[in-house]
Amino acid sequence: MSLWRIAWRSIQRRGLASTLTALSMALGVTLVVAVLLIHGLVERSFRNNSSLGYNVIVGFPGGSLQLVLNSVYYLSKPIENIRYDQYEEFLSIEESAAYRQEIRSDEPPLERDGRFHMLKKFAIPLCLGDYFGRFRLVGTTCQMFEDFEYDPEEHRKYTFSEGRNFKTYSEEHGYFECIAGSTVAREHNLKLGQKVSARHGDPEGDLHDEHPFTIVGILAPSGTPNDRAVFVNIEGFYLMDGHAEPIDEDSEPTASLEETSTSITGASGRSDSDSASVNPLADVSLEYRPLPFRQRRVTAVLVRTVNALVTPRLESVIDEDPTMQAALPIGEIFSLFEVIVRPVQKVLLAITVLICIVSGVSILVSIYNSMSERRHEIAVMRALGASRAVVMQVVLWESVILSLGGGIIGWLAGHGLIGLLGPLIEERTGVLVSPFDLTPRLEIMIEILKVELGMPSEFVLIPGLIILAILVGFWPALTAYRTDVAKALNSSP
Amino acid sequence: MLNLKDVKKQYIEPNGEILTILDIADFQVATGEQMVLLGRSGCGKTTLLYVIAGISRADAGKVMIDNLDIQRLSESGRDRYRAEKIGYVFQTFNLLPGFSALENVMLGMTFARQRKNAQHAKRLLTRVGLGHRMTHKPTAMSVGEQQRVAVARALANRPKLLLADEPTANVDPGNQKQIVELIRETCSEENVTLVMVTHAMEVASQFSRTVRLEEINRATAETQQGDLSSNDNTVTGVP
Repeated sequence: MSLWRIAWRSIQRRGLASTLTALSMALGVTLVVAVLLIHGLVERSFRNNSSLGYNVIVGFPGGSLQLVLNSVYYLSKPIENIRYDQYEEFLSIEESAAYRQEIRSDEPPLERDGRFHMLKKFAIPLCLGDYFGRFRLVGTTCQMFEDFEYDPEEHRKYTFSEGRNFKTYSEEHGYFECIAGSTVAREHNLKLGQKVSARHGDPEGDLHDEHPFTIVGILAPSGTPNDRAVFVNIEGFYLMDGHAEPIDEDSEPTASLEETSTSITGASGRSDSDSASVNPLADVSLEYRPLPFRQRRVTAVLVRTVNALVTPRLESVIDEDPTMQAALPIGEIFSLFEVIVRPVQKVLLAITVLICIVSGVSILVSIYNSMSERRHEIAVMRALGASRAVVMQVVLWESVILSLGGGIIGWLAGHGLIGLLGPLIEERTGVLVSPFDLTPRLEIMIEILKVELGMPSEFVLIPGLIILAILVGFWPALTAYRTDVAKALNSSP
Repeated sequence: MLNLKDVKKQYIEPNGEILTILDIADFQVATGEQMVLLGRSGCGKTTLLYVIAGISRADAGKVMIDNLDIQRLSESGRDRYRAEKIGYVFQTFNLLPGFSALENVMLGMTFARQRKNAQHAKRLLTRVGLGHRMTHKPTAMSVGEQQRVAVARALANRPKLLLADEPTANVDPGNQKQIVELIRETCSEENVTLVMVTHAMEVASQFSRTVRLEEINRATAETQQGDLSSNDNTVTGVP
């Protein structure tokens, strides 16, 4: 018989006590795995969103972190806005002309190329401030969901589980198309064609029921904060009450319902009578003219520079303007991670270590308590020729089997638990999880060998459990080692 | 085969007094011999067997087995010696309750260096009449069956010397003779030297050589308070 089998028989004999001990270890490891996976989720939710396809965020001066929290995570209250012409510094004459034509604006295009247009690969404006339920309503351009890659390394783009991207202007809905993030759609049971209205400035604010938006698309889950937002056409956003910046000049054109009778002769050059004859629905949409550019404001501009080398230059030039600031999201996110998330992670890791120790102690107590009743058994083995080292090994095997058995059950249960909680986690955090996800990589630097080992931390769990089992089994094993054979044999079995 | 010279074993009592349990000047058993040591309770029978088995170490003297002085062996050396050369049948069988009859027999093989041989273990169990009870655990067996398993276990490693410590003490009278005969027969078949200790005269009467422990143990002779009773064939004061 092998020694592990002798240990296994002993475990079987003390069935209930052994089961409870292994269960305690299983519960401990379940918690450890769950905590490590959640630790990984927290990290992933930060790291995933730290490379959303843009590397500079331009906004109003204030805290860079607040700008990032606002623009990337849709958290915190929006700060002040920047002027639209500041956003247009990222556009060329051609781009501004094309956009004006697209929105059917009759305003002239830029007279010169924007100062930064050569430095940018793209620049997407964001307008924040309104809510749909507890979620943010984001005014932006359709560029965000067209060729924009939110994860350039993996070439991931936003996709639609249903419908399509909103259009800058559509015959059917005018400027009032929107798309919903996957979490918002699920939570509010949103369907294509449904009309949604935003609340101004606050989840409990005034309802913007004057301009409902029609849902034309529902985003597939992306694991980014965009799952938790509703994206409306920025032109429709500007036309909602209170979104136009007041101007002093009496001559300045303003957007209003009263102007619906004026002909829409912008870029299309059509008259309203023409459009009515072509498409009666267009009349309804064309009740509105786009908001004049001078009345527009932008909360943030998401910029991807043509290359990393120009980023510092762009940042410094923008920061020279007292009404603008450039924030580098990756740097901000990582400093936030280091300041807030890392300490939390450390606490979580400390908790896991404590859980392991408590589980280990329960094994120690269980085996140690059994030693008095097993002293006779050990003496019999010694009388049959087992050495002190052999009986010690039998006890250590018992500890290893209980620890490892409980550990494997706990490991499976931990992943099962994450699998069960997956939909809830995705709903709450926007992070996609699977029971097959592994815990975060553990970087072990072996200084002497100058080698850095990177492996999922749970792969350290099993050798760790064996070491723990040996450590906690050592004391009872020592009791077995020290058993006085003659004395124990003379005692009643 | 077995040769004890000037063997002494002493214990220190709680009050500090030194109690001599064994003081044997000379005791020999020939290879293949089957003999019985007869003695009353507390006269040092079990202690003597422990010393011969290397479970306890004598305080003085030589314990020679096949010209090997086990007194000179280290503890691990004595463990190995016990695993490979000694078979031990206990008064209370000392089978491990969580193990089947076959596993109990094979347990004895686990600690010896020789190859584990399940066939040999099965053959021994069949030999002691338990071929049909190999997978049963001790708790599901009668007292007689348990002692048979203990005999098979003691012979599992093909020992040179079998030490049997009152193997019939817990067996009903009807089975006593059978057990003793079984031990003697299997020892003969396996060419194993047998030393059995008992307090029962009817057990001793089955052996051609009987040695009263009091005759060879000077410590017992000095402190002897009772004597063998010829009426009930047992040593007085035996529980």
